[in-house]
Amino acid sequence: MRQLTEKETETLFSKLANYTGRSLTHLIQPPSSESSDPKNPSSERHVFRIQNNRVYYVRESIANLATSVARANLLSLGTCLGKFTKTGKFRLHITALDVIAPHARYKMWIKPNGEMPFLYGGNIVKAHVGRWSEDCPEHQGVVVFSMSDTPLGFGISARSTAEARRLEPTGITTFRQADVGEYLREEDTLFAT
Amino acid sequence: MGVGRRMKKQGPPPPLDESLVTRKRKAALPEKDTNGFRAKKRRASKEDAAPLPKKSALKQSKSGMETAPVGKAARANGVKPVQRKPLPVDDEEDEEDDEASADGDAIDDPDALEDELDGVGVGNLDALGSESEDGDDLDDDEFLQSGSDVMDSDTEIQKGIWSEDEDEENAEEKLTAANIEGLSRKLDMQQAVEEAEAQAELEEAAMQTNISGDRPKVLGDEDEDDEADGTLKLAPDLQLLRTRITDTVRVLDDFTKLAEDGRSRAEYTAQLLKDICAYYGYSPFLAEKLFELFPPREAFAFFEANETARPVVIRTNTLRTHRRELAQALINRGVTLEPVGKWSKVGLQVFESQVPLGATPEYLAGHYILQAASSFLPVMALAPQEHERILDMAAAPGGKTTYISALMKNTGCVFANDSNKSRTKGLIGNIHRLGVKNTIVCNYNALEFPKVIGGFDRVLLDAPCSGTGVIAKDASVKTNKTEQDFLRLPHLQKQLLLAAIDSVDHASKTGGYIVYSTCSVTVEENEQVVQYALNKRPNVKLVSTGLVFGKEGFTNYMSKKFHPSMKETRRYYPHAYNVDGFFVAKFKKMGPTNAALKNGSSGATSEHVNGGADIVDNAPITTDEEDKNDFGGWDEEEDEKYIEQAKKKQLRRKGRDPRTLKRRPAQ
Repeated sequence: MRQLTEKETETLFSKLANYTGRSLTHLIQPPSSESSDPKNPSSERHVFRIQNNRVYYVRESIANLATSVARANLLSLGTCLGKFTKTGKFRLHITALDVIAPHARYKMWIKPNGEMPFLYGGNIVKAHVGRWSEDCPEHQGVVVFSMSDTPLGFGISARSTAEARRLEPTGITTFRQADVGEYLREEDTLFAT
Repeated sequence: MGVGRRMKKQGPPPPLDESLVTRKRKAALPEKDTNGFRAKKRRASKEDAAPLPKKSALKQSKSGMETAPVGKAARANGVKPVQRKPLPVDDEEDEEDDEASADGDAIDDPDALEDELDGVGVGNLDALGSESEDGDDLDDDEFLQSGSDVMDSDTEIQKGIWSEDEDEENAEEKLTAANIEGLSRKLDMQQAVEEAEAQAELEEAAMQTNISGDRPKVLGDEDEDDEADGTLKLAPDLQLLRTRITDTVRVLDDFTKLAEDGRSRAEYTAQLLKDICAYYGYSPFLAEKLFELFPPREAFAFFEANETARPVVIRTNTLRTHRRELAQALINRGVTLEPVGKWSKVGLQVFESQVPLGATPEYLAGHYILQAASSFLPVMALAPQEHERILDMAAAPGGKTTYISALMKNTGCVFANDSNKSRTKGLIGNIHRLGVKNTIVCNYNALEFPKVIGGFDRVLLDAPCSGTGVIAKDASVKTNKTEQDFLRLPHLQKQLLLAAIDSVDHASKTGGYIVYSTCSVTVEENEQVVQYALNKRPNVKLVSTGLVFGKEGFTNYMSKKFHPSMKETRRYYPHAYNVDGFFVAKFKKMGPTNAALKNGSSGATSEHVNGGADIVDNAPITTDEEDKNDFGGWDEEEDEKYIEQAKKKQLRRKGRDPRTLKRRPAQ
C-alpha cells in the first residue's frame, strides 16, 4: 500500500473528473473539513491509496491503521475505485459508484423496464430513459440511476442531449461502462488480485 | 395432548402486528390479507358451536386414510392386531359429536365409518400413529387460526366453512329477534358443550397415559436382535422405522410405566439410535453425539428439524435503505415476506418469491443481503458501538462483517480477516456491494492476530466448526464427521479463542468484549472451548450476551462440570427456534493477559496453567487437576527412567543402536 505518484494521481483525477466535474474537489477535501471533527466520518480527510494496482479511496485514519497489515496480506481497504492497467491507464470499477454517484455532473434515470437490460450489461436505449440531465454533451461520463434514485451504474453518453432528442426509441443514448450486475457477473475478476 | 409432529417442524413464526408491514402488503396482495381475518372469524363462529360437518368428515376420512396403511404395516411386521376400544380418536369424535348434536345437526356417518375402521382391527401400533396424526390436524388448525400468511392445503376447506358459517350466522341473527329465549338456551348449551370439550380433553390426556400403560408389550422392541435386524438389512421400511422411533421415544419418556420387563434403558436407547441412523442417514458416531445433548423426545425433534430447511431470511442493509422501504420494494416484485421476529429490526423472512432473491436490482444495489437468522445473533451479542475498532477473525463471506459496519454506521474501523484467500473474493464483493467503507480486508491465519495488530475494542470469532447446527443446509455433515474432527476442530477453536482474547484491549472505554460463536451444537466445540479459555485466561469472564432468546449453555454435561457462569452463554436449536443450531458466548476482558500465560499459549507447559488457575478465583479446577492432586506429588526421577526406556525401545524398533543416542546427550 502506498500513496499515488504524481502521474497516477493525474490519470486518476482526469478519469474521475469525467463523471464528477468540478465537485471532484469535494472528494479530495470534504466541504466541512475545516473543523475536522473526528466524530463525523464524512468530514474526515479521505485519501487515495494504491495497493496491487488497485486504487482505494479511504478515510485517512483507516489508511493509517492498514499500514500494520503486510502488503501480501492486505486485500482491500475502504472503497476500491478501480485499477491501473499495465499500460498505465486507469479503469474505473463499479465499486467506485458509491464515490462518484453523489457528486455526479450528468445523470440519467432509467425506467423500471429498462433496469434489467442495463443490469445485464446492455447499453441504454432511448425508450428506457425516464429522465436525463439536459445539458449533457457527447462522450461525457453519466451516472445511471433507477427512477427511485438508486445508483445502478455509469457510462458514457453516446449523443449530446440535443441530438438524443431526435433519436428513434431504439437508438442508444448511453454506452454502459459499469453496472451493479457486475457484482454477480464479474465477481471472480473484479476483486482478484 | 402431545404436540404433533408437524408442529415441531416449525412454520413461520407468529406474526407481529405492530411491526408488520401489513398495510402495504394488503395493497399488494388483496386475496391473502383476508386470510387472518377469516381465520379469526372462523374461530368466533366455532365458539358459537356451529357444526363443522364438512371439516369433521374430512378429518375422519383423513385419519381413516392414515390409519389404514399403518395398520397394514403393523400387520406386516407381525404385530398381532389387538382389538381395542377406548381409543383417543374416539374421544375426538365424541367432542365433535357433541358439537354437532348441540345444534341438532348430528351427522353420524363419519363416526360410524370410524367405528368400522376401528373394528376392522386397528392394532395398538397404528392407534398410536393415528392419534398423533389426529393431534396434528388439530394443531394445524390452531396454526392457521393464528393468522399467519402462509397458505396451507387446508385453506380451501376453510373457505368453504367460512362461507357456510356466514350463512348460518345470518340465519341466527334473524332468529335473534324472534326468540331470544331460545338463543340464550342455546348459548347455555354451547357453554356446556365447551365444558364437556375441556373435560374430554383432560380425559384424553389421561387416556393416553392409560393406553400407553398397557401398550409397551407390543411397542417394545420384541426380539430386536433377530427380527428387526433382518428387516433392516433387507430394506429399511421407512414408515415402520418411523413408527418404531416414535414408540421408543414414548417409552423412554415414561420408562417406569412403559418399558417391558427385563429391558434396560440402554437397550431402548441403542435401538433408537440404530433406528435414527437408518432413518435419517447419520453415522452412528454423530447420531450418538447429538442424541446425548437432549432428552430423547427433544433429540427426535432435533433430528426431524434437520430434515427441513430453515426459512430464507434477508438482512436489510441499513447503510442504504430502511426495512419498510425494502419490504415495499420486494413486495412489488412479488416476494412474500414478514419481519423475522421481534428480536431483530433488520431481518425479513421470505416465504416465497417469484424472482431470484440473489439477483434483484435491490440486491445488486446492496439494499439487503441473504443471511441466515442465526448469524445475526453473534453480531447482536457483540453490540458494536460507533467509532470503535473491531476485528472479525473469520469474516468470509461477510454477512456478519457488513452487519457490524452497518451497526457502526460506517464509523470506526473493522478488520475483516479470513485465512482462505479464495473466500475473501465474496467478502470483498459483499463489502463493496453493501457500501461498507470502514473495513480493512486482510488474509492472515487468525492465530497470528495479536502480532499483526492488537488492541481492538471488540473481537468477533465465528469459529470454523463441524457444522452440526446446519445439517439442514449441508447434509454431508451427517456422515463425514469423524471422531478426529471433534478433536482437531476444538483444538483450533481453543487456539483461536485465546488469540481473540489477546487481541482485545481490556482498557477500552466502550468495549473490551469478545464474542465466540459456532454453528455447531456439540459441547466439545462450545462449552469446552469456553471453559478452556476461562481456565487459560484468568483475566476474562463470561457476561450476558444480551440476546432475548436462546437456551442457556450447559453448566454440567455428562461427567463434565463447567463454570457456573456458563449459563450466560446461549444455545440455539433448529427445533426450538427454527434457526440454525448455534452457540454464542460473550466474554469481557478485565485485565491484561499475563506475559507468561501468553507464552504458555504457544508452548503450553503445565506449570503455567496451574499458576494461572491459582491466581484466578473464577476458574474452577477441572477434574483432571483434582485427580493430579489426589495422586500426590510427581516423581521426576522415576518418570525419567520410564522415558529413557521408551526412547530406547523406539530407537531399537527403528533399527538404531540406543547406545549412540546415550552418548550424544552426554556430550
